[in-house]
Amino acid sequence: MTRFAETSVAEEADLWHLRLYVAGQSPKSLRAFANLTELCDEHLAGHYEIEVIDLVDKPALARADDILAIPTLVRRLPAPLRKIIGDLSNTERVLVGLRIEPRSTP
Amino acid sequence: MTNTAPLGTLPKAPTGISGLDEVTGGGLPRGRPTLVCGPAGCGKTLLAMEFLVRGITEFGEPGVFVAFEESAEDLTANVASLGFDLRQMQADGRLVLDQINVFDGQMEDAGEWDLDGLFLRLGAAIDEVGATRVVIDTIETLFGAFADTVTLRFEIGRLFGWLKARGVTAVITGERGAGTLTRYGIEEYVSDCVIVLDHRVTEQTSTRRLRILKYRGSLHGTNEYPFLIGDTGMSVLPITSAGLQHEVSTERVSTGVGRLDSMLGDGGFYKGSTVLINGTAGTGKSTLAAQFCDATCRSGQRAMYLAFEESETQIVRNMSSVGIGLQQWIDAGLLQFRCSRPSLLGLEAHLFAIQRFVGEFDPAVVVMDPVSDLLRIGTGADVSAMLTRQVDYLKARGVTTLFTNLVSEWVTAPADEQITSLVDTSILVKTMEGNGELNRVLYVTKSRGMAHSNQIREFLLTDQGIELADVYVGPQGVLTGSARQVQEAQERTDTTARLEGLEQRRVGLETRREAVEAQTAALWREFEDEADVVGRLLSHASTGVEDRAGQRAEQGRLRRADTDRPENGS
Repeated sequence: MTRFAETSVAEEADLWHLRLYVAGQSPKSLRAFANLTELCDEHLAGHYEIEVIDLVDKPALARADDILAIPTLVRRLPAPLRKIIGDLSNTERVLVGLRIEPRSTP
Repeated sequence: MTNTAPLGTLPKAPTGISGLDEVTGGGLPRGRPTLVCGPAGCGKTLLAMEFLVRGITEFGEPGVFVAFEESAEDLTANVASLGFDLRQMQADGRLVLDQINVFDGQMEDAGEWDLDGLFLRLGAAIDEVGATRVVIDTIETLFGAFADTVTLRFEIGRLFGWLKARGVTAVITGERGAGTLTRYGIEEYVSDCVIVLDHRVTEQTSTRRLRILKYRGSLHGTNEYPFLIGDTGMSVLPITSAGLQHEVSTERVSTGVGRLDSMLGDGGFYKGSTVLINGTAGTGKSTLAAQFCDATCRSGQRAMYLAFEESETQIVRNMSSVGIGLQQWIDAGLLQFRCSRPSLLGLEAHLFAIQRFVGEFDPAVVVMDPVSDLLRIGTGADVSAMLTRQVDYLKARGVTTLFTNLVSEWVTAPADEQITSLVDTSILVKTMEGNGELNRVLYVTKSRGMAHSNQIREFLLTDQGIELADVYVGPQGVLTGSARQVQEAQERTDTTARLEGLEQRRVGLETRREAVEAQTAALWREFEDEADVVGRLLSHASTGVEDRAGQRAEQGRLRRADTDRPENGS
């Protein structure tokens, strides 16, 4: 059902650069990081790097990606930029947001 | 303006916006959020920006502007024309202009989230400059970015709570929705102060208005107040802001018409008073106004003529035809014309423009000809309110103001009554029909503080300007024009006739006197004749007696009778 221009997974994109904006050790932030690493390990094994930015420490960095919601996941590479908000507990929507075709889909 | 309020009253943060602090009784609630809402283009952003800028420049309160809609460059450029140098304020560390681009299209929503990113960002900006004022323009833009409106509403509610907790005085703008104050109903989160802006077009003229819908814990003006966006920012125009505390003068200024000066009880209008000339069409209201300007300039003072119907050249030409030379005063820089169609600007913009002209030229006299034209661009109440402010402003400056007002012959509009109550001196010029012609007459219907004449004068436009003539008041009523002249001629004829009659009687009497004298003379003659005759007869009679005595004596002698009677006569 879901067909995207950038569906080819790890093969085409050399490296996925993901940035996760969090606010300290809040439950939502911790959940988001856990969900993200799990998802990447499953779908992007070896092709990704996650940068975690804690806005409590560096609030000025919120301006760079116009961050309002916490947590926010930003796909910086491959282009174009994409944003997914929330604790990433809804895996299906994260995959849609990142334009990753789930492997489970035949 | 003070930043600290007495105990028991709500502390307020003055906005520095002309008029708004009067309406709100000192400013916005300090440390609380205020919602400013209204339709697109009503001036929300400007109000918010001016609140922030004045806070920085006038009250030493640094601020943060969070822009969701416009880019920082656009904002900076837009307010630069008002003399606000946002770049400099940012460089001075007193302003943070944070532009937030809401992501194009919706963000993928994959689980629970909150707006901590915005809170942290805002918190950082507040800390950066030590801001006590915050503007968020327009928060409702977020509804376009987040699909989960339940969470968003909750987060916006939390944001207002957070702003309060930070103790900043915040202005949040919102666009008006259909049937609600804001499109997404965020007014329910702001309970302290709600200001509604409006931008209405009445008869093709737009007027911006401001209303304090709610101000918890404070008295506030409840009316709709017109406001303007001028060269120096926003300006709310509360009717009462000018007040009635102006100085009054007992100095008189000549009206330029000698007999009118006398009608007003020696000397003319009071300096700084407001004069209304009511009149029907073509009665010479403008001429009266022009003559007043002429007299003012002649005394070396400046006059400003605001014409809403005629152009400068037209007025100058027309007035020269009745011997009022205005060009010389224009050349001398004593007279200035401002001609514009009232519909060109809104009422409030007019007021604002007039105040600016007056501020620049500083005239002793201002003429507005005619104010009834302003009725075309507003309702009676609006015009009256505007004129009230105008009068207050001019009185405060000691400017003598003359309004002309076109009235219809029999109908007096309620607005006219309102205008009349504003002015100090009211003169009515009207035409009187009779004898197949229309003639102008002038009355002083009202003049505060003057023993003014109650007489009607005929108003004549001559080659030497205006002259006032006595009207004929007789058994046939008030007569003017040729009827007056006829009446005067008639009176002259009557007098002549009466004089002639008298002369005739005098001559008759003379004749009679002559006759009487003649008769008297005749009678005298008759009398004298008779007296003569009687005299002669008497004389004859005495001779007879002597004769008879002589005879008796002779007889006695003859009869030897003794007699001792002396002899009579000889």
